[in-house]
This record gives sequence, C-alpha cells and structure tokens, in this order.
Amino acid sequence: MSSNHQPAIIETTGLRRVFGETVAVAGLDLAIAPGEIFGLLGPDGAGKTTTLRLLASILEPTAGHATVAGFDVRRDKAAIKRRIGYMAQAFSLYRDLTVIENLNFFADVFGVRGKQRRARVDRLLAFARLTEFKGRRAEQLSGGMQKKLGLACTLIHEPEILLLDEPTTGVDPVSRREFWDILADLHLQGATIVISTPYMDEAERCARIGLMHAGKLIEHGTPAEIKRSVPGQLIEVRPAQRLAARKLLAETPGVHEVQSYGETLHVFVDNARDGQKIIGRALKQAGIEYSGMRPIEPRVEEAFISLIRRQSEQEQAP
Amino acid sequence: MKFPFRPSAPPRVAHGSAILVENLAKDFGHFRAVDNISFQVPPGRIFGFLGPNGSGKTTTIRMLLGLLHPTSGAATVLGYDVARHATQVRPRLGYVSQRFSLYDDLTVIENLKFYGRTYGLMGSRLNERIAVALKLADLVGREKELARNLSGGWRQRLALGAAILHQPDLVFLDEPTAGVDPVSRRIFWDLLYDLAAGGTTIFVTTHYMDEAENCEDLAFIYNGRIIARGSPAQVKTAMMRGQVLELNPDNPALALSALRAAQAAGALSLEEVSLYGAQVHVVALAAEKIVPSIKKALKAAGVDPGPIAVIEPTLEDVFISCVRAADEEDAAAIPS
Repeated sequence: MSSNHQPAIIETTGLRRVFGETVAVAGLDLAIAPGEIFGLLGPDGAGKTTTLRLLASILEPTAGHATVAGFDVRRDKAAIKRRIGYMAQAFSLYRDLTVIENLNFFADVFGVRGKQRRARVDRLLAFARLTEFKGRRAEQLSGGMQKKLGLACTLIHEPEILLLDEPTTGVDPVSRREFWDILADLHLQGATIVISTPYMDEAERCARIGLMHAGKLIEHGTPAEIKRSVPGQLIEVRPAQRLAARKLLAETPGVHEVQSYGETLHVFVDNARDGQKIIGRALKQAGIEYSGMRPIEPRVEEAFISLIRRQSEQEQAP
Repeated sequence: MKFPFRPSAPPRVAHGSAILVENLAKDFGHFRAVDNISFQVPPGRIFGFLGPNGSGKTTTIRMLLGLLHPTSGAATVLGYDVARHATQVRPRLGYVSQRFSLYDDLTVIENLKFYGRTYGLMGSRLNERIAVALKLADLVGREKELARNLSGGWRQRLALGAAILHQPDLVFLDEPTAGVDPVSRRIFWDLLYDLAAGGTTIFVTTHYMDEAENCEDLAFIYNGRIIARGSPAQVKTAMMRGQVLELNPDNPALALSALRAAQAAGALSLEEVSLYGAQVHVVALAAEKIVPSIKKALKAAGVDPGPIAVIEPTLEDVFISCVRAADEEDAAAIPS
C-alpha cells in the first residue's frame, strides 16, 4: 500500500487471539517499517490492546505468527522484552513514590545502574518536561504529567520499539499536544512507535494507520490513502433549517449520505460539481436558504464510518 | 428517525435564554474554581462547554443544576434564578453524567422503569414515555437484555433515553461519547440534533475537541475563565492567533528538526511546529509572509519543502492558541 521498501521491524501473519467465546483479534496481517509512527485506531473493544499485548509477547497468540525486531513472540520473549518499551493503558506508576523514585525503580528493574542511570534519568526528566517536578509524588501529578512519567519510565532501557496503549486517552488538549511533540522527538531519534488511540483525529499524527473494528484490520495506509478510499466526494453546506434540509437531502437522488455537523451538513455525492448543483437545486425548490457550499476533504472519522457501513452492507448482502 | 418527543408544553423560555450566566464565580477556600464567567444559551441550541480537566466545567454544571451555591454572580436556568429556585427548575432538567449509573443487573426496561418512577412518572404516562425512550435509543426488541450486556454505544443511548423520560427542557451531557465507536457516536449526535430541533436545549461538556465540532455554539473554559466563545466557524476565524501552514516536505523528520532548530535559534518566529504524519504543521503570525523564510531554512537543511498551503485550523489548534494567549496574559499581569 505505501511505498516502504525497508524490511518490516514488526510483522504479523494471521495473528489471532481468542478469549473463551470472544475473538479479540481475528487474523491480523500487519507490517510496520523501522522508524515508523503507526497508529492503531478503533473504538473500545476493537482489539487494539490485545494486539499490542501479543506484540509485547505478554499474551500467547491462539494462532498465526508475529515477529518483533526479527524475534518470534512465542519463542524469544526475553529478547523482545529488551528491545521494546510497552506502556499499558493503566500504566502502574508507584503513586506514593516521587517522580525520580519511580524512574530509579524502573531503572533497577531493567538493570540500568551507576553513572549510566544518573545520566539517563536526568535526560528523561528533561525530555518529558518533568525536571521541576522530580520531587513530587506521582499521585499529585496531573493526568497528562502521569502519562509523561509513564512514558519516561518506559524509555529507561532505551528500547528501539515503543508499544503505547492509549497514552492520550483522558488527557487534556494541551498535554496531548505536548505528548505528541515528545513522540515526534523520539521519531527523530529513530524509534519505531506503535500507538493505539480511540481518537480519530490523532490519525493525522501518524505516518500510517490501521483501522481496527471487531478484531479485524478493516483498512490500513497513510491518512491520505484512507481518506481517498471513501468513494465519491464530500460537500459541506450551511442551510438555514438544518433538520428539514437533512431530511430533504437524504431523500434526494444522487445523494448517498447526509451527516449533521454543528451548523453544517456533510453530504456525500458522486462528484463535487454535479453534487453541488443537485444540492443547490433541491434546497432552492424547497425554499431553504443556504450558504457556504464547498467541497471538503473527509476526515478520517468520516472515512472510518463509511468503511464500516459499507462492510456491514456487504456482510448483509446474500 | 421520526421525532417522537415534542414537549407537551412549550419551553418556559421560548424567546429568552435557556441559560443565562452573569459574572458567575465560585471559590473553594482560597481557590477560585470559576472566575466571573458570563454566557447565554438560546433555547434549542447545542452548546459545547470545553476545557481541560480541572478548568471549572464540573463546578459550573453543578451550579447550573442548583447543587452548588455560587460565591457571586447569577445563573438563570429556564427563567429561574437557580440558586434560589433549584427545586422548581430541577424537574425540567436532564443530566447524563460521564459515568451515568445504569443498573447493570437490571434489564433495559427495568432501568427505564426505575428512572421513570424516580422522575414521578406512573401508569400509562410512564409506559408511553418508556416506549418513546426505547424508540429513541433503538432498543425496541432488546427490552429484556441486561444493561451489562449492552455495548458502549447502546448503553449511552439507553442513558440518554432514561435522562429524557420526563421531557426535560434542558439536558446536560458530561463527556457523552468517550470510548464509543464512531458509528454509534454518529447515531448519538443525530439523536441530539433531533432533540434540539424539538426545542430541547443541549449542554455538552467535553475536553475532546473533535467532538466539539458537532456543537452549534462553543465556550472554551480555562483556569475558571472563558477564553473564547462563538460557533465553531466563528471561533476558528476570529480566535486563532496566526495561521496554520501545512508543509509537504520530502523528508518530514528532517524538516521538523530543521524548523525546530531555526525556531530555537530565533531565526524563524514560529508559534508552533508539529509533525503530522508525512506533513509538518507550522503555526505563525502573518503566515504567508514567512513562507519564503521557511523555504530557505528547509533548503539550507537539504530538504525539498514541497507544496505549502494555509489550512483551516482545527478546534484543538484554536484552543491551544487561546490557552497560550491566556497564559502569556497571566504572566504579564504578575508584577515583577
């Protein structure tokens, strides 16, 4: 799909994990290039966490294969653990320890000692913008700062691959932007980052994304490729009577779908030129005034909704 | 979907404001949680109240619900001074909190009956309203399912159904669609648009800026103060300091480090430089004038700048810009 000729640093074929009756991951084929920021997007329960745990070799696959940095997730667990930094969604910091004590603790766990440890802890504090809070207990940090400390602890053994499970969920916009700036720094240093998120707008931050739904990867590619996968074009229009306009346009021939969006409607049509004519004519005939009609690019969220709807239509077709 | 819940009585404030807040403030000891905020919400609007955790959103809602007494200022809700007449207003309000407590071990219908009775609905009136809520939440046929077995999207719709059983004129929703899948989220918002079209005023809080695009009116709250107001389109055009440039360089990583270096050295005056996949976004004042200098800096670093375009900011871009401006104002106000 994307023009990446480097050999993959993470590769899965038919990766599957079942919990009792529930198929959490249903045959995943994935290839992630070294140095890539790869986003796993999907709602709660789509299989993102299970996928990351399989890659971190914390969970055994039920079927299929996965290699991480060339090592098999079933056989080479120790080798994988040295090379990855896995940050769980509920990353457990020691709440009653200070920022620096938490970092020192994780350094001990990974056998980082002496001068090397002092240098790394200082560098990570500065990197995570936590130096001035190093004496503060973890429980007294804001949500965004706790996430940054969690990331710093994940980096203590300088892993080449980061597996981050929803690190920005529940984080306010300013902290979220700062967190992504830190990820960009890691990217500049050559790290491979796999990050899961329920927020569709974070897709734009990733070089490539995989959209997960019900355990399956329903689409993957660059954000631009995902948006282009939506058939037809999208027109934005600002009608005076929005509800009436929505009902009218939904029944207008040539219109595929209408979505309300604040003061505007987003209308899916085959092509922008004819579509605008059709919309304009229908609204005028009904006496509905409108302004600001223009073709717009669909967002990843709209592409996702469109993909899921098309897929369930296909499943329902005989 | 047909709109089945037209209020039986016209809203109390058909032409005034559903919510009118004037110089509202709340102190907790020495901490000022809400700092002289003013805004108004017309009836039937979808109003988004946005801000980070701890910015004063919940304190404001609790004052609007009459659960918390303001330190100063006034809040008029549905025509009543809510601090003095909370008991009159509250039956006309609906509230879906972030962790709306459905009873997991009760069925869908049992949950609705429980909430309906709490609101004082009985007999045929209760059954009528439950039928409406089931239809709204698209739960017809699933009445006997346990709430615990519903997925996030269904639960959210059931919670909304329960909150509108008593036909409130104003509904408060706190982070309504966190963790819900995009298709369910779309359906949920369509329900809110239908409710608003029927005259119900919707007050939504969120710290999730993407969600805010769905609102008709917005207020950004930060450190207890309102730092921006207007429709999403107005906020984007009027409140953003500078413009957003989208760069498509041949080597985004190298472009990012070159621009950051130029920014740090003071060679380029940029508000913000961020990586967006294969693109780099730059926020700058007088963005178009700075394009030649950006190109020069990139070429010097051996990067082909590619096409550069001014793009519409996201609400998150605007929010961050407003927060930075507010922080600078605060810093300037502290006497040195």
